[in-house]
Amino acid sequence: MSDALHRPSSVLLLGGTSDIGLATVRALASPALRRVVLAARPSPARDAAVEQLTEAGVPEVCVRDFDAADTASHAQVLDSVFAGPDVDVVVVAFGVLGEQRELEEAPDLAVELARVNYLGGVSSCLLAAQRLRRQGHGSIVVLSSVAGDRPRRSNFVYGSSKAGLDSLARGLADSLRGTGVHVLVVRPGFVRSSMTEHLDPAPLAVTPADVAAAVVDGLRRGSTVVYVPRVMRLVMTGLRHVPGPIFRRLPV
Amino acid sequence: MLHGWGGTAPSRAHVVHPGTLEELAAVVADAGPRGVLVRGAGRSYGDAAQNGGGTVLDLSAFSSVRVLDDGDVVAGAGAVLAHLVPVLLRRGRFLPVTPGTRYVTVGGAVAADVHGKNHHVDSSFGAHVRRLDLLTADGTLRRLCRDGSPAEQRLLDATLGGMGLTGAVTEVQFGTVPAPTASILVDTHRADDLDTVMALMAEGDDRHRYSVAWVDGTVAGARLGRGVVTFGDHAPEGDGDPRHRTPPPGEPRVGVPPLPVSPLHRHAVAAFNEAWFRRAPRRRIAEPTPLAPFFYPLDAVGGWNRLYGPSGFLQYQFAVPDSGAAMVRRTLEQLRALRVPAYLTVLKRFGPGRDASPLSFPMAGWTLAVDVPARDAALARALDRLDEQVLEAGGRLYLAKDSRAVPATIAAGYPQLDRFRAVRRDVDPDGVFVSDLARRLDL
Repeated sequence: MSDALHRPSSVLLLGGTSDIGLATVRALASPALRRVVLAARPSPARDAAVEQLTEAGVPEVCVRDFDAADTASHAQVLDSVFAGPDVDVVVVAFGVLGEQRELEEAPDLAVELARVNYLGGVSSCLLAAQRLRRQGHGSIVVLSSVAGDRPRRSNFVYGSSKAGLDSLARGLADSLRGTGVHVLVVRPGFVRSSMTEHLDPAPLAVTPADVAAAVVDGLRRGSTVVYVPRVMRLVMTGLRHVPGPIFRRLPV
Repeated sequence: MLHGWGGTAPSRAHVVHPGTLEELAAVVADAGPRGVLVRGAGRSYGDAAQNGGGTVLDLSAFSSVRVLDDGDVVAGAGAVLAHLVPVLLRRGRFLPVTPGTRYVTVGGAVAADVHGKNHHVDSSFGAHVRRLDLLTADGTLRRLCRDGSPAEQRLLDATLGGMGLTGAVTEVQFGTVPAPTASILVDTHRADDLDTVMALMAEGDDRHRYSVAWVDGTVAGARLGRGVVTFGDHAPEGDGDPRHRTPPPGEPRVGVPPLPVSPLHRHAVAAFNEAWFRRAPRRRIAEPTPLAPFFYPLDAVGGWNRLYGPSGFLQYQFAVPDSGAAMVRRTLEQLRALRVPAYLTVLKRFGPGRDASPLSFPMAGWTLAVDVPARDAALARALDRLDEQVLEAGGRLYLAKDSRAVPATIAAGYPQLDRFRAVRRDVDPDGVFVSDLARRLDL
């Protein structure tokens, strides 16, 4: 049960090695936080994440083997987590970015990306929602992206997967009104992280810590959609209304 | 969706209204994996009367009240104190212990082992319970008496203050005190600083049944904690004002609608406190006062919790022994430094606690209760720091008010918690009776 000041006592991170996900867990850490479950494929990065959170003072950090693309296995993974103490916050943070040109040349890769980002999200969000409903309380934080707001030449495959996930999450948020379960959709702009280290930062670039702070604030306010940075909301509202012929020529 | 009086951290549960003991037993027997819990009037501030995903029992149907010839009351767990008060006053009696609102149930008074302004004289509610009927997880209705077997007494004591986690209380027999009139003779003293407030209380305690102080946590410097100390005693026959009657039970006179934002801005609160302080007479002795405004000043405003807006509020209440009296000033200072608008700050003296009840809150010394809006991480950190200091001072937090403590704080403040857990394991090995509070705090 999260307390009166919105401090969770347990967090499940799907995508347990994600920079943004781990920054979010650290931002949610408080004396009230007792348990974090990192769901990810076994890897040195996962071990490092466990170590990092343990050093940050989380009393209990455990892991579950989780493959976002293997949707058939999701129910079992979530069941094993929910068999323990109540889960207050589920963070859906897995995702791959891909290289647009490569994806266009090898549509198989694009399908694989969509499988992780979209289908993996559909499966885990819906399964988490069912279990949180049974608990009567809890939040799902879904890492979306401004890339889902309007498809762009430079990353529309990734963008379309996030658009699908974003739509699903907002619909889910509405469907869960009155059940005690809250969904927070987070739309960061360019985030400087290991996923984007090979790219030049776009304007208004943020850090995983910025995204994490926005998540904490969004949970406290009970928001459904937050942009990071906040001014992105305005920027994207503008961009959505730019006529196609002009939009195509913008360096975005 | 159910939430506590503070309006924070709601959860969804299935609410059931059993009409008979058989129906109640059937619901308990059918409890799913998320268990059951009885909810009284919902006046606990945090998550004590919530059971997310499970069943919540409303025992409003169990509200019969009988007054026996010797003045004892036999009441259903769902009976609300507001309905008992006029019945008792007609017979020249009054509740042995009453919290600051009369909108709590008898079952809730048992579960939280409530205290009142007379703790230094009359202890807490549990001290006056002669027997109670408890439906336990195995479906049996147990009659627990003060003079029962040792096992019965252990269960009785664990139930008094046990936050509803030992079973469903269905009926309670408790003693009452004489109240020849419906008037209280009140002494009021206005004191310009905290030391004077505390000295007045420590000194005046022995002479009066009721004592309480309202203190002002919003003023700076030497005047921080200035306050109004009130003492009271039941007016003897002939001394009371015959016009004083307890208002009939029912709706309060004014209400607060749901508000999009809280009007309790820091400056508004400071202004309120200033006015409240100035309004009190510097010193007035034995003024006959109607009973309701003396005991239940806030009950006149229905839904006053809504004043805090949608994000809600919490109450920080601790008890410390006399050696920890410095915690009172320290708490006011730290909350003031955070610019927390605390307008309801109440200071009381406690007599000895009831050690037989492992989760009973009161202990000899001081207790301070401060209402604060549920805000940011800075408030959370400040209250965590205060928790540590309360524990160092040998004190503890009140479970009925808690909505943010961590398990270790409660375990340290209640050294007999393991004894409570052992009783609970015995009587309810599968943890059928459970609450969000119990899950959060590992009770």
